[in-house]
Amino acid sequence: MTKTFEIDGKKIPYEEGQTIMQAASAAGVYIAHLCHNPQFTPHGSCKLCTVKVNGRNCSACTFPASEGQNVTNVSKELNEDREKITQMLFVEGNHFCPSCEKTGNCQLQAVAYHLNMTDNHYPHFFENREVDASHPDVMIDHNRCIFCTLCVRASEEVDGKNVFAISGRGIDKRLIVNSKSGLLKDSELDGNDCAAHICPTGAILIKRTGYSVPIGQRIYDHAHIDAVALASEGEVHDL
Amino acid sequence: MTSKKVKVATVSLAGCFGCHMSFLDLDERLVDLVEHVQFDRSPLTDIEHCSDDCDIGLIEGGVCNSENVHVLREFRKNCKILVAVGACAINGGLPAMRNHISLEDCLNEAYMDGIGIENPQIPNDIELPLLLDKVYPLHEVVKIDYFLPGCPPSADVFWAFLTDLLAGREPELPYELIHFD
Repeated sequence: MTKTFEIDGKKIPYEEGQTIMQAASAAGVYIAHLCHNPQFTPHGSCKLCTVKVNGRNCSACTFPASEGQNVTNVSKELNEDREKITQMLFVEGNHFCPSCEKTGNCQLQAVAYHLNMTDNHYPHFFENREVDASHPDVMIDHNRCIFCTLCVRASEEVDGKNVFAISGRGIDKRLIVNSKSGLLKDSELDGNDCAAHICPTGAILIKRTGYSVPIGQRIYDHAHIDAVALASEGEVHDL
Repeated sequence: MTSKKVKVATVSLAGCFGCHMSFLDLDERLVDLVEHVQFDRSPLTDIEHCSDDCDIGLIEGGVCNSENVHVLREFRKNCKILVAVGACAINGGLPAMRNHISLEDCLNEAYMDGIGIENPQIPNDIELPLLLDKVYPLHEVVKIDYFLPGCPPSADVFWAFLTDLLAGREPELPYELIHFD
Protein backbone atom coordinates (compact mmCIF):
# COMPACT_ATOMS: atom_id res chain seq x y z
CA MET A 1 0.00 0.00 0.00
CA THR A 2 1.22 3.50 -0.85
CA LYS A 3 2.32 5.59 2.07
CA THR A 4 0.53 8.94 2.40
CA PHE A 5 0.44 12.13 4.39
CA GLU A 6 -1.93 15.10 4.18
CA ILE A 7 -1.42 18.65 2.88
CA ASP A 8 -4.36 20.96 3.63
CA GLY A 9 -6.59 17.90 3.95
CA LYS A 10 -5.50 16.35 0.63
CA LYS A 11 -3.88 12.88 0.68
CA ILE A 12 -0.37 12.98 -0.81
CA PRO A 13 1.40 9.74 -1.72
CA TYR A 14 5.15 9.62 -1.13
CA GLU A 15 8.11 7.32 -1.36
CA GLU A 16 10.52 6.80 1.51
CA GLY A 17 13.28 9.43 1.38
CA GLN A 18 11.21 12.07 -0.42
CA THR A 19 10.89 15.54 1.05
CA ILE A 20 7.50 17.14 1.58
CA MET A 21 8.29 19.45 -1.37
CA GLN A 22 9.13 16.56 -3.73
CA ALA A 23 5.99 14.62 -2.83
CA ALA A 24 3.84 17.75 -3.08
CA SER A 25 5.20 18.72 -6.53
CA ALA A 26 4.66 15.19 -7.81
CA ALA A 27 1.07 15.32 -6.58
CA GLY A 28 0.43 18.71 -8.22
CA VAL A 29 0.49 20.76 -5.02
CA TYR A 30 2.48 24.01 -5.20
CA ILE A 31 4.46 25.11 -2.17
CA ALA A 32 5.95 28.60 -2.67
CA HIS A 33 9.75 28.57 -3.02
CA LEU A 34 12.72 30.46 -4.45
CA CYS A 35 15.92 28.65 -3.38
CA HIS A 36 14.51 25.22 -4.22
CA ASN A 37 14.97 23.62 -7.62
CA PRO A 38 14.38 19.85 -7.98
CA GLN A 39 17.59 19.50 -10.03
CA PHE A 40 19.83 20.29 -7.06
CA THR A 41 20.41 19.39 -3.43
CA PRO A 42 17.90 21.35 -1.29
CA HIS A 43 19.32 24.35 0.56
CA GLY A 44 16.45 25.36 2.86
CA SER A 45 17.51 28.99 3.09
CA CYS A 46 14.78 31.20 1.61
CA LYS A 47 12.13 29.91 4.04
CA LEU A 48 9.30 30.68 1.62
CA CYS A 49 8.36 26.99 1.63
CA THR A 50 7.78 27.04 5.39
CA VAL A 51 4.77 24.84 6.16
CA LYS A 52 3.30 23.61 9.41
CA VAL A 53 4.06 19.93 9.99
CA ASN A 54 1.94 18.62 12.83
CA GLY A 55 1.78 22.21 14.11
CA ARG A 56 5.51 23.01 13.82
CA ASN A 57 7.12 25.28 11.20
CA CYS A 58 9.41 23.33 8.84
CA SER A 59 11.02 23.97 5.44
CA ALA A 60 9.13 21.72 3.01
CA CYS A 61 12.16 21.49 0.70
CA THR A 62 14.33 19.78 3.34
CA PHE A 63 11.84 18.09 5.67
CA PRO A 64 11.28 14.37 4.97
CA ALA A 65 7.75 13.20 4.29
CA SER A 66 6.48 10.55 6.68
CA GLU A 67 3.36 8.48 7.25
CA GLY A 68 0.33 10.35 8.54
CA GLN A 69 1.94 13.80 8.70
CA ASN A 70 -0.55 16.63 8.87
CA VAL A 71 0.83 19.52 6.80
CA THR A 72 -0.64 23.01 6.47
CA ASN A 73 0.60 24.79 3.34
CA VAL A 74 -1.95 27.46 2.50
CA SER A 75 -3.19 29.53 5.43
CA LYS A 76 -3.55 33.24 6.06
CA GLU A 77 -0.75 33.11 8.63
CA LEU A 78 1.73 31.20 6.44
CA ASN A 79 1.01 33.34 3.38
CA GLU A 80 1.44 36.52 5.41
CA ASP A 81 4.81 35.20 6.63
CA ARG A 82 5.74 34.45 3.01
CA GLU A 83 4.76 37.96 1.98
CA LYS A 84 6.92 39.46 4.75
CA ILE A 85 9.88 37.28 3.72
CA THR A 86 9.46 38.39 0.10
CA GLN A 87 9.24 42.04 1.17
CA MET A 88 12.49 41.62 3.15
CA LEU A 89 14.17 40.22 0.02
CA PHE A 90 12.96 43.24 -1.93
CA VAL A 91 14.26 45.84 0.55
CA GLU A 92 17.57 44.07 1.18
CA GLY A 93 18.62 44.28 -2.47
CA ASN A 94 17.94 46.93 -5.09
CA HIS A 95 15.03 45.53 -7.07
CA PHE A 96 13.91 48.15 -9.58
CA CYS A 97 11.69 46.04 -11.81
CA PRO A 98 11.03 48.65 -14.55
CA SER A 99 14.76 48.78 -15.37
CA CYS A 100 15.50 45.03 -15.07
CA GLU A 101 15.84 42.71 -18.07
CA LYS A 102 14.34 39.86 -16.08
CA THR A 103 11.03 41.61 -15.38
CA GLY A 104 8.08 39.43 -16.38
CA ASN A 105 10.27 36.31 -16.22
CA CYS A 106 11.51 36.80 -12.65
CA GLN A 107 10.60 34.28 -9.95
CA LEU A 108 11.06 36.78 -7.12
CA GLN A 109 8.59 39.12 -8.82
CA ALA A 110 6.22 36.23 -9.64
CA VAL A 111 6.20 35.02 -6.04
CA ALA A 112 5.36 38.57 -4.97
CA TYR A 113 2.48 38.67 -7.48
CA HIS A 114 1.32 35.26 -6.28
CA LEU A 115 1.22 36.51 -2.69
CA ASN A 116 -0.68 39.64 -3.76
CA MET A 117 2.19 41.81 -2.52
CA THR A 118 1.76 45.44 -3.61
CA ASP A 119 4.37 47.19 -1.46
CA ASN A 120 7.69 46.53 0.26
CA HIS A 121 6.50 47.47 3.79
CA TYR A 122 9.99 47.78 5.34
CA PRO A 123 12.53 50.62 5.03
CA HIS A 124 14.80 50.07 2.04
CA PHE A 125 18.51 49.36 2.56
CA PHE A 126 19.58 50.99 -0.74
CA GLU A 127 22.87 49.10 -0.45
CA ASN A 128 25.70 49.92 -2.80
CA ARG A 129 26.31 46.68 -4.70
CA GLU A 130 28.55 46.05 -7.69
CA VAL A 131 27.85 45.03 -11.26
CA ASP A 132 30.35 42.64 -12.90
CA ALA A 133 30.02 42.92 -16.68
CA SER A 134 33.57 41.68 -17.40
CA HIS A 135 32.57 38.32 -18.94
CA PRO A 136 31.89 38.39 -22.70
CA ASP A 137 28.60 36.48 -22.45
CA VAL A 138 27.34 36.72 -18.85
CA MET A 139 26.89 39.57 -16.37
CA ILE A 140 26.23 39.69 -12.64
CA ASP A 141 24.19 42.49 -11.12
CA HIS A 142 24.70 41.96 -7.39
CA ASN A 143 21.89 44.44 -6.66
CA ARG A 144 19.43 41.67 -7.51
CA CYS A 145 21.08 38.69 -5.78
CA ILE A 146 18.90 37.02 -3.13
CA PHE A 147 21.59 34.48 -2.05
CA CYS A 148 19.49 31.47 -3.05
CA THR A 149 22.73 29.65 -4.01
CA LEU A 150 21.16 28.07 -7.09
CA CYS A 151 24.15 29.24 -9.18
CA VAL A 152 26.53 27.83 -6.56
CA ARG A 153 24.81 24.45 -6.64
CA ALA A 154 24.39 24.40 -10.44
CA SER A 155 28.07 25.14 -10.97
CA GLU A 156 29.12 22.47 -8.51
CA GLU A 157 26.59 19.72 -9.18
CA VAL A 158 25.91 20.09 -12.91
CA ASP A 159 28.81 22.02 -14.45
CA GLY A 160 31.44 20.50 -12.13
CA LYS A 161 33.22 23.85 -11.85
CA ASN A 162 32.72 25.62 -8.50
CA VAL A 163 32.52 29.07 -10.09
CA PHE A 164 30.33 30.61 -7.37
CA ALA A 165 30.23 30.66 -3.57
CA ILE A 166 28.59 32.63 -0.79
CA SER A 167 31.04 34.52 1.42
CA GLY A 168 30.35 36.10 4.81
CA ARG A 169 27.37 35.62 7.07
CA GLY A 170 24.07 37.31 7.85
CA ILE A 171 23.83 40.84 6.58
CA ASP A 172 27.42 40.72 5.27
CA LYS A 173 26.97 37.73 3.00
CA ARG A 174 27.61 38.15 -0.71
CA LEU A 175 28.03 36.14 -3.86
CA ILE A 176 31.67 35.69 -4.83
CA VAL A 177 33.32 34.38 -7.98
CA ASN A 178 36.08 31.79 -7.98
CA SER A 179 38.86 33.59 -9.86
CA LYS A 180 42.06 35.35 -8.84
CA SER A 181 40.73 38.78 -9.74
CA GLY A 182 37.27 37.97 -8.37
CA LEU A 183 35.89 38.87 -11.80
CA LEU A 184 33.66 36.65 -13.88
CA LYS A 185 35.86 36.98 -16.97
CA ASP A 186 38.74 35.21 -15.20
CA SER A 187 36.54 32.36 -13.94
CA GLU A 188 35.77 29.08 -15.71
CA LEU A 189 32.17 30.13 -16.39
CA ASP A 190 30.91 29.55 -19.90
CA GLY A 191 27.74 31.17 -21.27
CA ASN A 192 26.25 27.72 -21.85
CA ASP A 193 26.77 26.55 -18.26
CA CYS A 194 23.75 25.61 -16.18
CA ALA A 195 24.92 28.12 -13.54
CA ALA A 196 24.63 30.98 -16.04
CA HIS A 197 20.96 30.20 -16.70
CA ILE A 198 19.60 29.19 -13.30
CA CYS A 199 19.22 32.56 -11.51
CA PRO A 200 15.59 33.08 -10.41
CA THR A 201 16.04 36.88 -10.44
CA GLY A 202 17.92 39.27 -12.73
CA ALA A 203 21.25 38.86 -10.89
CA ILE A 204 22.91 36.60 -13.47
CA LEU A 205 21.95 37.50 -17.01
CA ILE A 206 23.00 36.32 -20.45
CA LYS A 207 24.19 39.31 -22.45
CA ARG A 208 22.45 40.42 -25.65
CA THR A 209 19.21 38.58 -24.85
CA GLY A 210 17.38 41.24 -22.79
CA TYR A 211 13.83 42.30 -23.64
CA SER A 212 13.67 39.80 -26.52
CA VAL A 213 10.18 38.69 -25.43
CA PRO A 214 7.55 41.44 -25.66
CA ILE A 215 5.34 42.44 -22.71
CA GLY A 216 2.29 40.22 -22.70
CA GLN A 217 4.23 37.11 -23.78
CA ARG A 218 6.61 36.82 -20.84
CA ILE A 219 6.39 33.80 -18.52
CA TYR A 220 4.44 35.40 -15.69
CA ASP A 221 2.41 37.98 -17.62
CA HIS A 222 -0.66 35.74 -17.50
CA ALA A 223 0.44 32.51 -15.79
CA HIS A 224 0.79 32.26 -12.01
CA ILE A 225 4.07 30.93 -10.64
CA ASP A 226 2.30 27.93 -9.09
CA ALA A 227 1.16 26.65 -12.50
CA VAL A 228 4.54 27.42 -14.11
CA ALA A 229 6.50 25.73 -11.30
CA LEU A 230 4.33 22.60 -11.28
CA ALA A 231 4.52 22.26 -15.05
CA SER A 232 8.28 22.72 -15.22
CA GLU A 233 9.47 21.21 -11.94
CA GLY A 234 7.05 18.46 -10.93
CA GLU A 235 6.05 15.21 -12.50
CA VAL A 236 2.38 16.11 -12.48
CA HIS A 237 0.06 13.16 -12.71
CA ASP A 238 -3.55 12.52 -11.79
CA LEU A 239 -4.07 10.68 -8.55
CA MET B 1 -30.87 65.92 -2.99
CA THR B 2 -27.65 64.85 -4.68
CA SER B 3 -25.13 62.79 -2.75
CA LYS B 4 -21.89 64.54 -1.97
CA LYS B 5 -19.10 63.86 -4.46
CA VAL B 6 -15.94 62.18 -3.29
CA LYS B 7 -13.02 64.61 -3.20
CA VAL B 8 -9.84 63.34 -4.89
CA ALA B 9 -6.50 65.16 -4.72
CA THR B 10 -3.48 64.13 -6.79
CA VAL B 11 0.18 65.16 -7.01
CA SER B 12 3.44 64.09 -8.63
CA LEU B 13 6.45 64.34 -6.29
CA ALA B 14 9.74 62.84 -7.58
CA GLY B 15 7.88 61.28 -10.49
CA CYS B 16 7.69 61.79 -14.24
CA PHE B 17 3.91 62.43 -14.51
CA GLY B 18 3.68 59.06 -16.29
CA CYS B 19 1.22 57.82 -13.66
CA HIS B 20 -0.93 60.92 -14.20
CA MET B 21 -0.82 60.33 -17.96
CA SER B 22 -1.87 56.73 -17.36
CA PHE B 23 -4.73 57.99 -15.18
CA LEU B 24 -5.90 60.10 -18.14
CA ASP B 25 -5.91 56.89 -20.19
CA LEU B 26 -9.22 56.22 -18.41
CA ASP B 27 -10.50 58.16 -21.45
CA GLU B 28 -14.31 58.04 -21.65
CA ARG B 29 -14.45 56.38 -18.23
CA LEU B 30 -13.38 59.79 -16.84
CA VAL B 31 -16.89 61.01 -17.74
CA ASP B 32 -18.39 58.32 -15.50
CA LEU B 33 -15.81 59.03 -12.82
CA VAL B 34 -16.59 62.76 -12.50
CA GLU B 35 -20.22 61.84 -11.83
CA HIS B 36 -18.96 60.58 -8.47
CA VAL B 37 -15.69 62.41 -7.99
CA GLN B 38 -14.62 66.01 -7.62
CA PHE B 39 -10.95 66.87 -8.12
CA ASP B 40 -9.34 68.95 -5.39
CA ARG B 41 -5.62 69.84 -5.38
CA SER B 42 -4.19 68.31 -8.55
CA PRO B 43 -2.18 69.23 -11.65
CA LEU B 44 -5.52 68.67 -13.43
CA THR B 45 -7.18 71.56 -11.57
CA ASP B 46 -4.24 73.80 -10.64
CA ILE B 47 -5.67 74.14 -7.11
CA GLU B 48 -2.62 74.91 -4.94
CA HIS B 49 -3.54 73.37 -1.60
CA CYS B 50 -5.69 70.49 -0.38
CA SER B 51 -9.07 71.24 1.17
CA ASP B 52 -9.17 69.87 4.69
CA ASP B 53 -11.84 67.30 3.79
CA CYS B 54 -10.33 65.36 0.89
CA ASP B 55 -11.35 61.73 0.73
CA ILE B 56 -8.66 60.19 -1.48
CA GLY B 57 -5.10 61.39 -2.15
CA LEU B 58 -3.24 59.82 -5.09
CA ILE B 59 0.54 60.36 -4.83
CA GLU B 60 2.89 59.68 -7.71
CA GLY B 61 6.67 59.67 -7.25
CA GLY B 62 9.00 59.27 -4.29
CA VAL B 63 10.31 61.89 -1.87
CA CYS B 64 13.54 63.53 -3.06
CA ASN B 65 13.52 67.04 -1.55
CA SER B 66 12.20 69.15 1.33
CA GLU B 67 9.21 70.40 -0.68
CA ASN B 68 8.14 66.81 -1.39
CA VAL B 69 8.09 66.19 2.38
CA HIS B 70 5.87 69.24 3.04
CA VAL B 71 3.47 68.35 0.21
CA LEU B 72 3.24 64.71 1.31
CA ARG B 73 2.51 65.75 4.89
CA GLU B 74 -0.18 68.19 3.64
CA PHE B 75 -1.81 65.31 1.76
CA ARG B 76 -1.62 63.01 4.77
CA LYS B 77 -3.19 65.66 6.98
CA ASN B 78 -6.07 66.40 4.61
CA CYS B 79 -6.86 63.08 2.90
CA LYS B 80 -8.72 60.26 4.62
CA ILE B 81 -7.17 57.64 2.32
CA LEU B 82 -3.64 58.06 0.97
CA VAL B 83 -2.54 55.97 -2.01
CA ALA B 84 1.03 55.42 -3.25
CA VAL B 85 0.72 55.30 -7.03
CA GLY B 86 3.41 53.66 -9.14
CA ALA B 87 6.88 52.18 -8.69
CA CYS B 88 8.58 55.43 -7.57
CA ALA B 89 6.04 56.09 -4.81
CA ILE B 90 6.40 52.50 -3.61
CA ASN B 91 10.20 51.98 -3.68
CA GLY B 92 11.70 55.26 -4.90
CA GLY B 93 11.91 53.93 -8.45
CA LEU B 94 14.47 55.14 -10.97
CA PRO B 95 15.23 58.40 -9.06
CA ALA B 96 16.30 56.18 -6.11
CA MET B 97 19.07 54.73 -8.25
CA ARG B 98 21.07 57.76 -7.06
CA ASN B 99 20.79 56.47 -3.51
CA HIS B 100 24.12 54.68 -3.42
CA ILE B 101 25.93 57.78 -4.71
CA SER B 102 26.59 60.63 -2.27
CA LEU B 103 24.57 63.81 -2.84
CA GLU B 104 27.80 65.79 -3.22
CA ASP B 105 28.99 63.49 -6.02
CA CYS B 106 25.59 63.72 -7.74
CA LEU B 107 25.62 67.52 -7.66
CA ASN B 108 29.24 67.72 -8.79
CA GLU B 109 28.58 65.41 -11.72
CA ALA B 110 25.46 67.33 -12.80
CA TYR B 111 26.58 70.92 -12.26
CA MET B 112 30.38 71.07 -11.89
CA ASP B 113 32.28 68.27 -13.62
CA GLY B 114 29.84 67.07 -16.28
CA ILE B 115 30.70 67.31 -19.97
CA GLY B 116 29.87 70.62 -21.69
CA ILE B 117 29.00 72.61 -18.56
CA GLU B 118 29.55 76.38 -18.81
CA ASN B 119 29.88 78.56 -15.71
CA PRO B 120 29.84 75.58 -13.32
CA GLN B 121 28.08 76.19 -9.98
CA ILE B 122 25.84 74.25 -7.62
CA PRO B 123 22.35 75.86 -7.76
CA ASN B 124 21.78 77.58 -4.43
CA ASP B 125 18.76 79.86 -4.87
CA ILE B 126 16.62 80.26 -1.75
CA GLU B 127 13.57 79.34 -3.86
CA LEU B 128 14.97 75.90 -4.60
CA PRO B 129 13.95 73.11 -2.22
CA LEU B 130 16.90 71.34 -0.62
CA LEU B 131 17.60 67.83 -1.86
CA LEU B 132 17.39 64.97 0.63
CA ASP B 133 20.33 62.62 1.12
CA LYS B 134 18.32 59.86 -0.58
CA VAL B 135 15.10 59.41 -2.51
CA TYR B 136 12.58 57.83 -0.13
CA PRO B 137 9.50 55.73 -0.81
CA LEU B 138 6.32 57.36 0.55
CA HIS B 139 5.71 54.76 3.27
CA GLU B 140 9.03 55.66 4.90
CA VAL B 141 7.75 59.23 5.47
CA VAL B 142 4.01 58.96 6.19
CA LYS B 143 1.43 56.20 6.71
CA ILE B 144 0.16 54.94 3.35
CA ASP B 145 -3.17 53.13 3.11
CA TYR B 146 -3.01 51.53 -0.35
CA PHE B 147 -0.40 50.84 -3.03
CA LEU B 148 -0.97 50.70 -6.79
CA PRO B 149 2.12 49.08 -8.33
CA GLY B 150 3.21 49.54 -11.93
CA CYS B 151 5.41 51.76 -14.04
CA PRO B 152 2.90 53.16 -14.59
CA PRO B 153 -0.17 51.41 -13.17
CA SER B 154 -2.49 50.99 -16.15
CA ALA B 155 -5.76 52.91 -16.43
CA ASP B 156 -7.49 49.62 -15.59
CA VAL B 157 -5.67 49.60 -12.22
CA PHE B 158 -6.96 53.09 -11.38
CA TRP B 159 -10.44 52.07 -12.54
CA ALA B 160 -10.51 48.80 -10.55
CA PHE B 161 -9.20 50.55 -7.43
CA LEU B 162 -11.45 53.62 -7.55
CA THR B 163 -14.64 51.78 -8.50
CA ASP B 164 -14.06 49.35 -5.61
CA LEU B 165 -13.46 52.21 -3.21
CA LEU B 166 -16.44 54.25 -4.46
CA ALA B 167 -18.68 51.19 -4.11
CA GLY B 168 -17.54 50.76 -0.51
CA ARG B 169 -15.67 47.52 -1.24
CA GLU B 170 -12.18 46.69 0.02
CA PRO B 171 -10.07 47.29 -3.13
CA GLU B 172 -8.55 44.14 -4.59
CA LEU B 173 -6.45 43.92 -7.74
CA PRO B 174 -6.74 40.76 -9.86
CA TYR B 175 -3.49 38.99 -10.88
CA GLU B 176 -3.40 40.56 -14.34
CA LEU B 177 -3.34 44.05 -12.83
CA ILE B 178 -0.48 43.52 -10.36
CA HIS B 179 2.71 44.46 -12.19
CA PHE B 180 5.92 46.00 -10.87
CA ASP B 181 6.93 47.18 -14.36
